[in-house]
Amino acid sequence: MAIKDFPIEEYVLPGNAACPGCPSTMGLRTVLKALGKKTILTIPACCTAVIQSWYPYTSFNVPTLNIAFEAAASAASGIAAALKKLGEEDINVVVWAGDGGTYDIGLQALSGAIERQTNFLYICYNNQIYSNTGIQRSGATPYAAWTTTTVKGKKEFRKDIGEIIIAHHVPYAATACVSYPEDLYNKVKKTMGIRGPKYIEILAPCPPGWRFSMDKTVEMGKLAVETGAWILYEYENGKLSFNGISKSIAEGKYKPKPVEDWLKLQGRFSHLFKPEKDIVRINAIKDHIRDTWEHYKKLASL
Amino acid sequence: MKKYNVKTGISYPKIGAMGKTGTWRIFKPILDKNKCIKCLRCWVFCPESAIKRRNDSVEIDYDYCKGCGVCANVCPVKAIVMAKEER
Amino acid sequence: MKVVIDTGNYIAARAAMMAKPKVVAAYPITPQTTIVEGIAKYVENDELDAEYICVESEHSAMSACIGAAATGVRTFTATSSHGLLLMHEMLHWAALARLPIVMCNVNRAIGPGWNIWCDENDSIAQRDTGWLQFYCSSNQEVFDTVIQAYKIVENEKVLLPAMINLGGFILSHTSLPVRIPEQKEVDEFLPPYEPKWRLDVNHPITHGNIIFPDDYYKIRYNMQLAQDNSRKIIKEVAREWREKFGTYHGDLVEEYRCDDAELVILAMGAIGAEAKVAVDKIRKNGLKVGLLRIRAFRPFPEEEIIGMAKKCNKLLVIDRNISVGNEGALAGETRACLKDRVEDANVYGFIAGLGGKDVTYIDIEKMCKMVIDGKAGRVEWYGLG
Ligand SMILES: Cc1ncc(C[n+]2csc(CCOP(=O)(O)OP(=O)(O)O)c2C)c(N)n1
Ligand code: SF4
Ligand code: SF4
Ligand code: SF4
Repeated sequence: MAIKDFPIEEYVLPGNAACPGCPSTMGLRTVLKALGKKTILTIPACCTAVIQSWYPYTSFNVPTLNIAFEAAASAASGIAAALKKLGEEDINVVVWAGDGGTYDIGLQALSGAIERQTNFLYICYNNQIYSNTGIQRSGATPYAAWTTTTVKGKKEFRKDIGEIIIAHHVPYAATACVSYPEDLYNKVKKTMGIRGPKYIEILAPCPPGWRFSMDKTVEMGKLAVETGAWILYEYENGKLSFNGISKSIAEGKYKPKPVEDWLKLQGRFSHLFKPEKDIVRINAIKDHIRDTWEHYKKLASL
Repeated sequence: MKKYNVKTGISYPKIGAMGKTGTWRIFKPILDKNKCIKCLRCWVFCPESAIKRRNDSVEIDYDYCKGCGVCANVCPVKAIVMAKEER
Repeated sequence: MKVVIDTGNYIAARAAMMAKPKVVAAYPITPQTTIVEGIAKYVENDELDAEYICVESEHSAMSACIGAAATGVRTFTATSSHGLLLMHEMLHWAALARLPIVMCNVNRAIGPGWNIWCDENDSIAQRDTGWLQFYCSSNQEVFDTVIQAYKIVENEKVLLPAMINLGGFILSHTSLPVRIPEQKEVDEFLPPYEPKWRLDVNHPITHGNIIFPDDYYKIRYNMQLAQDNSRKIIKEVAREWREKFGTYHGDLVEEYRCDDAELVILAMGAIGAEAKVAVDKIRKNGLKVGLLRIRAFRPFPEEEIIGMAKKCNKLLVIDRNISVGNEGALAGETRACLKDRVEDANVYGFIAGLGGKDVTYIDIEKMCKMVIDGKAGRVEWYGLG
């Protein structure tokens, strides 16, 4: 779908509490344009719980249930079950959760909801940190990134949640990035025609969390994809395929940019360049990207 | 709008739920309509829904624009530039 | 009306089925398991037109009930002990969201060591969550209370969730005869569920976003009002039930042979049934003992206890729970509500039956004797050995 064909309706209303340049509202706007008004959102504790603004007003114009941090997927199971009984199964049941609520504390509920074939769309907007509580590490934080709980850089590599989801044999899973709204829009639209659990994870570059200036949200997402640090793919009917620039990278038609181009712009990686270049850790990042690609290419060829 | 009497945390949709967030702005996006090629990229990327679209034309809603500069950055023809906010 | 002989758990499942919830989400735990098995069977056999969500934990069971109730349908769940503790966060959530969820809790001890027998510390630990709490002493009472609970909590003056407690391996697995009304009669008593707020795509609202102190404070105050309101509703509903179905177990409390009593026992749950036997036995020996069986621990039956203490100033309170570092919850709350209101009240607290240790009418007779003989202190650990 071309941008000019996106619906004009806004479900994320202006005058909300998001930081300037916020990737969550950026992504959610597109997602809700695709889903339309017949949508119920459930949102666990995360930045988006704050973004909605304060009681007795809300900046979200679709019914929204806030729920405890680890409980979004199970609340969605309840919503979907109730809608079934009410004969309103044409309504989209959607979780919008951060990476903390998805990779870490909410993983059990998510796994359970998928396993029991909840008819819902689970979206993780992945800003690679716990932003709400002031930038702590999560299972999604990349290696070497500064957070307030990894002050010298994270020592571990991020969890591969995509594979965890795929291991549940979902009918549909995909990655996306706020910088590619057409791709995101199409992926969300596609889920609407599929019954059962659907999962989309959106890379969401967060200016305060990643330490870059607020006008660079879109560039930061693009560079993540162009350097190969974030892979765009779709998993459907047991098949994995790459999309957009990631597809060109996989086919050897696009030479990924050096990952330093992405790292250098983010304050959270500044210790890799100052006082001198930390070759060891930068190489570890490169190796990890290469290994991840090799692994996903294998999955795609299955 | 349907109102519920139950005393629990029920909130109702409102434009400007946080007030006029335009007051947060330090830099202000200025749109040059003559340069604009109506690609709508600024509209789709604005994190604030502060760019209004009428058909394929865009207009900035300064009541709510937080001045992040995303629109200026994504504009392929530099039809939006950021200027210091004067108040 | 027919008489069915069955265990407390199957009776609870039957009551839930007859209340016609649309969504049931539950997770098995001894000794609750047969409740959820019972419901699952009703759903499988099309005797209950509901979605049965086999969640992966009790935390998710309550979260799913919250999601379903917020979408506008009647819900049911059941749990026990560790399951109830795992739900704790969501119990608060359900109550603050003012969702009239009904749950059975089969009272069971908490580990370590693993102990599956009756103990009320699981539910007592939830007393500040905003849930109404009922304690049953017979299978008939379990049946009646489950259905009554829906009518109570769905009343717009209440709109708080309710927990119906039954003793693990005492009521849960004991078969007793229960009078079961016709479905049609239950339907007349309990009309279809009308949500008082819901997630509705035609009227979008957001529930539970950021709220500041002044408004939050008011919401808490309104929960308190709702608990207060529920006192009257509990009484009305118990009366209506009696008129319609003939069975009655009291309302917030059940008074048994208290009129001329010189010593009144306060007890909850299955101990309440034993206490009745004890009262009859002791009275045969010419001692005037009565029972004030606490059916509702939340809302706390303050007026009833004060009224009783004014008539009879010796109260023997039995707790199958312990607020470690203080005393049994019922004794503590009884003392607190009598303080400055009934000057000469004497409250004798007895901790008994923790971890499923038997508490028979003989034990209760002995407790009474200790009080009558002036041998009971402020708090007694009965039967420590
Ligand atoms: C049980 C529980 N533990 C901790 C918290 C505190 N908490 C709220 S949001 C949050 C982090 C959310 O991180 P993420 O899911 O990545 O979303 P983000 O804030 O980055 O948008 C934490 C730790 C909580 N609300 N509940
Ligand atoms: S911290 Fe990041 S994700 Fe959270 S509101 Fe701000 S910009 Fe958005
Ligand atoms: S500066 Fe930011 S908030 Fe303002 S119109 Fe541009 S993108 Fe929207
Ligand atoms: S991005 Fe630039 S060219 Fe495109 S619509 Fe906006 S102002 Fe016009």
